[in-house]
Amino acid sequence: MAANLPTQSQVQGGIGVTESHTKHDEHLHHDEHHDQHWLFKYVFSQDHKVIAKQFLITGIFWAIIGGTLSSLFRLQLGWPESTFEWLSPFLGKWIEAGKLNPEFYLALVTMHGTIMVFFVLTAGLSGTFSNFLIPLQVGARDMASGFMNMLSYWFFFISSIIMFASLFLETGPASAGWTIYPPLSALPQAIPGSGLGMTLWLVSMALFIVSQLLGGVNYITTVINLRTRGMSMSKLPLTIWAFFLTAILGLLSFPVLFSAALLLIFDRSFGTSFFLSDIYIAGQALNHQGGSPILFQHLFWFLGHPEVYIVIMPAMGMVSEILATNSRKPVFGYRAMIGSLLGISLLSFVVWAHHMFVTGMNPFLGSVFMFLTLIIAVPSAVKTFNWLATLWRGNIRFTTAMLFSIGFVSLFISGGLTGIILGNAAIDIQMHNTYFVVAHFHLVMGSAAFFGLFAGVYHWFPKMFGRMMDEKLGYIHFWLTFIGVYLVFMPMHYVGIAGFPRRYYAWTGFDSFSQFADLNKFISAAAIFAFVGQFIFIFNFFYSIFRGRRATENPWNSTTLEWTTPVVPGHGNWPGEIPAVYRWPYDYSKPGAAEDFIPQNVPYSKTQSSNLPYERDME
Amino acid sequence: MSTTSTTQTLPTNASIERPRSGTWDGGNEPFKASYGKLMMWFFLLSDAFTFAAFLTTYGLMRHRHLAYTGDHKDFVFSSAYWPIPDHVFNSFPGLHGVDLPLAFVALMTMILIFSSVTMVLAVEAGHRMDKADVQKWLLWTLLFGATFLSCQAWEWSHFIHGTDAGTKMLDGTIFYGANLQMNQYGPVLFADLFFFITGFHGTHVFSGLVLLTYCFIATTNGTFEKRGHYEMVEKVGLYWHFVDLVWVFVFTFFYLV
Repeated sequence: MAANLPTQSQVQGGIGVTESHTKHDEHLHHDEHHDQHWLFKYVFSQDHKVIAKQFLITGIFWAIIGGTLSSLFRLQLGWPESTFEWLSPFLGKWIEAGKLNPEFYLALVTMHGTIMVFFVLTAGLSGTFSNFLIPLQVGARDMASGFMNMLSYWFFFISSIIMFASLFLETGPASAGWTIYPPLSALPQAIPGSGLGMTLWLVSMALFIVSQLLGGVNYITTVINLRTRGMSMSKLPLTIWAFFLTAILGLLSFPVLFSAALLLIFDRSFGTSFFLSDIYIAGQALNHQGGSPILFQHLFWFLGHPEVYIVIMPAMGMVSEILATNSRKPVFGYRAMIGSLLGISLLSFVVWAHHMFVTGMNPFLGSVFMFLTLIIAVPSAVKTFNWLATLWRGNIRFTTAMLFSIGFVSLFISGGLTGIILGNAAIDIQMHNTYFVVAHFHLVMGSAAFFGLFAGVYHWFPKMFGRMMDEKLGYIHFWLTFIGVYLVFMPMHYVGIAGFPRRYYAWTGFDSFSQFADLNKFISAAAIFAFVGQFIFIFNFFYSIFRGRRATENPWNSTTLEWTTPVVPGHGNWPGEIPAVYRWPYDYSKPGAAEDFIPQNVPYSKTQSSNLPYERDME
Repeated sequence: MSTTSTTQTLPTNASIERPRSGTWDGGNEPFKASYGKLMMWFFLLSDAFTFAAFLTTYGLMRHRHLAYTGDHKDFVFSSAYWPIPDHVFNSFPGLHGVDLPLAFVALMTMILIFSSVTMVLAVEAGHRMDKADVQKWLLWTLLFGATFLSCQAWEWSHFIHGTDAGTKMLDGTIFYGANLQMNQYGPVLFADLFFFITGFHGTHVFSGLVLLTYCFIATTNGTFEKRGHYEMVEKVGLYWHFVDLVWVFVFTFFYLV
């Protein structure tokens, strides 16, 4: 069927934002032609779809930076004996006599973590898809407050500028690890990166938290108040449930990081002693007395643990949606999927101290946190089995998004299993701060969330840009990434079990680790190979925006509301009335139905041949 | 792909079958609150976590320091143990040298609680669309709020200047008052936390005053009257009550416990 191209007025149709949410359900004439200046249409836009694309493209920019940093430190780890003079045009004074400056190495590791966790997988992932999908899938004209939504992006933008600028400082960017534990992060005498670099890190993160807060209250409020007629909470697509709970986690955990950052700013700049006590540095006793660096860890991980779910839950939601659509089957255990998301959200707040088993905490307390941590395996396993059961005997369509979703499930299992190992306090004491931990969280949260992000981009690209991404390039990208990721992180487990510590500049000084020279070289080569592979995606993404095959309204034959909009929805999403919702979002391959999918907005009275006995009452 | 046609013919059919319309079935506001009010509630929830983190910090720091175990009457300032608040906060403006434990802070607290009462009255007047009353009660709230902030400024200034006698520090010098590195009352962290937490709360009060000023100006200009409701006053009211409530906790932690 020929693509239904949007009319000019549909593409450009804008609406007053106040109108859009006060009268969102009875609002009929939204596509009046308002000529907007390009500055307000593409830059300072209040349209959730434009803001989503802004988050996505900023996220891609950060992912390239983050990936480049990891390639640099993998070069050092893989070939510690060689000279890197060839990098000096690029890195300047950080290459000293052909060697990478060790303090800069720490800065690379720190910034790689910060950028990937916060700027790519929090802002780039949930910022993009919460913004894009919440109004479209719940049936709203826009977010509750378009203005605050716009501010959310611009706070993120300013925060990005500051963090990016810190990469070019004379003393280098923050170097105390992405967890910025004091006293290392608090004392500029301790490491050059704890000077201005750390200050900018803290300022940037404070602005980032403001951005998260502005976005979060919007997401939550939109899901509660702006669902279209008939869209009850038990008819929401799982994506929306995931974004909703993610926003709640962010709302409750980021303020605690804000507190910790503020206290740290005071310790660093105004001489307080919240996290510092009894410190001698270079033979000098410092003034600070009575504080506790462990307190910082508690405050940090109260954010830090929910943060990993903030990263993974949006990916889980999107994967559930994509697996069901491309298996042409209802998602298995819809309510169990919601229940397990709720369980994970709740548990994520009571397990933070499993990051701190070696801080000298009371072993009894440790065992409580261990117990709570291991319980998370239950909802995670519920989700995993439900994904597998959704695939089981499905009529699978191997779209690129589907491949990445299956890849997500694979990575989530592989990385999740080592989580059970690390959750045990007794084993964790052995494994703590080794490459085993690095391998674990890069698989289960880093790579898996990246796969969710890719799946989401491939799947919703047609709705974002009205064109399709290239499938062949998509397949190549998937296989390179999937194989690459396993080649990088599987060997890391071995290195980690042997005790090789993370964040070390070189292992050449330790005889016990020299046998891993080949393995480290292999990991480095695989990492750089996988990173280079991502440029296929970047090419495909930007090329397809302009030259991709034109999309139809509903290219995947999907049931959710975003596919009932025009190919390129205008500001206001639906040219006419917002569709009402009658059924759950997973009516795929329903026996007796004319098609193998029934969109959410089709009433039961129109599908009498496929209605189940209890649904006949609803006709 | 026949869905495109299905979806587009739908509105004509909508009259035959209506979607469900329960409280949580969409198309309405399940908490009977506008999006703006919900956002304020969620922001306050978030802010509560910020304050909770600070008060947890206070609790942990206090737990890390020794408590004074001797007789209440013999108490002297020392960095060896956490001070008794009655002996730190015992002065009153204009009554130099009189020992009035917690009298001034009690007055401050009363003033802030009064400002919450006048805020309630402003919101109530907004429901009645009574512009003059909204103005009146907003002005009272502003006045009480500003008075609270001024009292805090006095309290800080007294805390910074210290007692007449000062305290003999470990190195033998006499130190008066407090700053972020040293204080005459007790461990370093006592003053650090005092400045930080009451300062953070004071910043919130100040932001509240800015918002109230905005509301007052907008009321006077008739902005809310034209809009047909005084919801903005209600939202700022939520914030103001929250800031009051937080003060109750700060007061309890610093002065009573």
